[in-house]
Amino acid sequence: MNWQDLQVAAPEIIVLLMACGLLILDLFVSEQRRGLIHLVSLLILALAAIITLRGIPAIDAVTPVMAFGDTYVRDSMGDLLKVFAYLLMAMMLIYSRHYLRQFDMYRSEYYALALFALLGAMVLISAASMITIYLGLELMSLSLYAMVALKRDDKVATEAAMKYFILGSMASGMLLYGMSMIYGATGSLQIHEISQAIANQGSDNMILLLGLVFTVVALAFKFGLVPFHMWVPDVYQGAPAPVTLFISSVPKLAAFAMTIRLLQDSLGGLHGDWQGMLLMVGVLSIALGNLAALAQSNIKRMLAYSTIAHMGFVMLGLLSGTPEGYGASMFYVITYALMSAGAFGVVIFMSSKGIEADNLDDYKGLNQRNPWFAAMFALLLLSLAGVPVLVGFFAKWLVLQAVVNVGMTWLALVAVIFSVIGAFYYLRVIKLMYFDKADIETPISAPSDFRAVLTGNALLVLVLGIFSGPLIAACMAAF
Amino acid sequence: MLIQEIIFYAFSIIMIVAATLVISVRNPVYSVLYLILTFFSAAALWILLGAEFLAIILVLVYVGAVMVLFLFVLMMLNVDLSRVNEGFVKNLPLGLLVAAIMLAEILVVLWYKGRTGIEDFPIPEPLSADYSNTAEIGQRLFTQYLWPFELAGIVLLVAIVAAIALTMRKREGVKTQSIPKQVQADKRDRVKLIDMPVEGVEDK
Repeated sequence: MNWQDLQVAAPEIIVLLMACGLLILDLFVSEQRRGLIHLVSLLILALAAIITLRGIPAIDAVTPVMAFGDTYVRDSMGDLLKVFAYLLMAMMLIYSRHYLRQFDMYRSEYYALALFALLGAMVLISAASMITIYLGLELMSLSLYAMVALKRDDKVATEAAMKYFILGSMASGMLLYGMSMIYGATGSLQIHEISQAIANQGSDNMILLLGLVFTVVALAFKFGLVPFHMWVPDVYQGAPAPVTLFISSVPKLAAFAMTIRLLQDSLGGLHGDWQGMLLMVGVLSIALGNLAALAQSNIKRMLAYSTIAHMGFVMLGLLSGTPEGYGASMFYVITYALMSAGAFGVVIFMSSKGIEADNLDDYKGLNQRNPWFAAMFALLLLSLAGVPVLVGFFAKWLVLQAVVNVGMTWLALVAVIFSVIGAFYYLRVIKLMYFDKADIETPISAPSDFRAVLTGNALLVLVLGIFSGPLIAACMAAF
Repeated sequence: MLIQEIIFYAFSIIMIVAATLVISVRNPVYSVLYLILTFFSAAALWILLGAEFLAIILVLVYVGAVMVLFLFVLMMLNVDLSRVNEGFVKNLPLGLLVAAIMLAEILVVLWYKGRTGIEDFPIPEPLSADYSNTAEIGQRLFTQYLWPFELAGIVLLVAIVAAIALTMRKREGVKTQSIPKQVQADKRDRVKLIDMPVEGVEDK
């Protein structure tokens, strides 16, 4: 370790130190001035963003830079994903303040755990060794389990946390089992050494394949792909809405990076083998996610099944195995996280006085109660459905293009058909908002920072759709 | 060489016997005690290999902390012995199947590496007298593996924060001790002196 290592890993180190500082600061802040913790958390994110965007002054930042004995890597894909992770986390914190106050959860542990989860995601994004992948994953998951359970007196939340914890531990076990087999077959835990070993000895190796299967199962679990999706609806429904927002955004970015590091960077030589596996989980997810979402009456469950379907789309880009496909998947996962953050933002917006607005009927006549946010929600839902001009359309377009370019036109057709079926449940919510009469006439209100961010979030979906070029170019340049 | 071999076989046999007893004795407390014996024997084998630091850690952490915790839990939960052993015969085929699969996997690995004979597993080279296992581990841990090592520490920190956040809460009916309240207690709040006539004694 030397001075340069610390410079390379500066974003993580800053987030870690400041998160620990936040825990200490909490001792000196009275309950009435909890807002200070909130502001400091946002400040940490801004600082981390500046450090990440500034790059590493001494070195040319384009090439991947390794640090800490080749267990840490800093590259353009990681930097881009991290910047969006900060953005999503900042939005989550602003959305959640309103919620935490109303649900009597306004405690600094929430902020500390969220920052540690972010740190775990950052470690995972920058992992260059199997050990760091595992540790980052555990750091992120453990913080998330605790965040789901923070509403201690709520039975549904506690049950969701238990399910998440037990199934998550099992997935971690699977991952470790797979990693140990890969280690046995290649003799290394370092990502680039594994890919070197596979290039030397060829991919015809039983143990390596067995390790690959376990790794893909663990990845599918973390993404929430069919048939490893059972936890997603329960956890999304049971967790407090801001935590659900968090689970559906930042960890997805991290899981994407983890997939790239594991499947492309280290097991790229086995592309022919994992392509089939991803194909299966991808198609099943798109099909089951969209069909099951039709039958939901709870909006959090509906969005959970929609997540499953969207993650299936991410798999389509990944399985194509081309740089174009990876870029398309990355664009998809980033834009999905933004859209989902906005959608759950509206769920938080509607919740008040200790009652979450998680039934579809709660959205009846939203247009009469608050026309502006009804319009914003409609925009987000249309983007999730993939209506042109909005960013969700371009994400789907790029992924399908990548799939067609590797000669899998039938796959693109299947995906399109299920997306069209899926559009129904998004449009049903819009119908409820605009054409049904409201049961309750009271207008909804929220703090001004909340309204500003939610508006910005929804308009971003429109702006990124119209001017999608720069972000697409940045995603493509990362591979 | 002979003494080393005697030590190796002695501890190996003890370890295998103890490990078998862990899963076959009826009383879970005995199981835990046999597990401790297994760990001790494994530690002895590690010392034989020159990994004295790891051996001591194994005894300190597993025997000293983890096993004591196990015993604690067992004694506090008061496990019903007859119910623990109920499904033994019923689950035996499944258990054997899993064991067979794991054995097959190990054999596949060995077969793949071409290591089928005892000569493929040579006795490790004896280490030089000035070799320090502890120093070596320390150096690796704080240079090559510094980043993962620190991360493992953060995972533990998160566990503490989460445990405290989930258990420390104000709730009705919890009988926690409040030191300030105890210190501020006044005898006038607790003890009441009442004047009452004593029976059998006549007033003058």
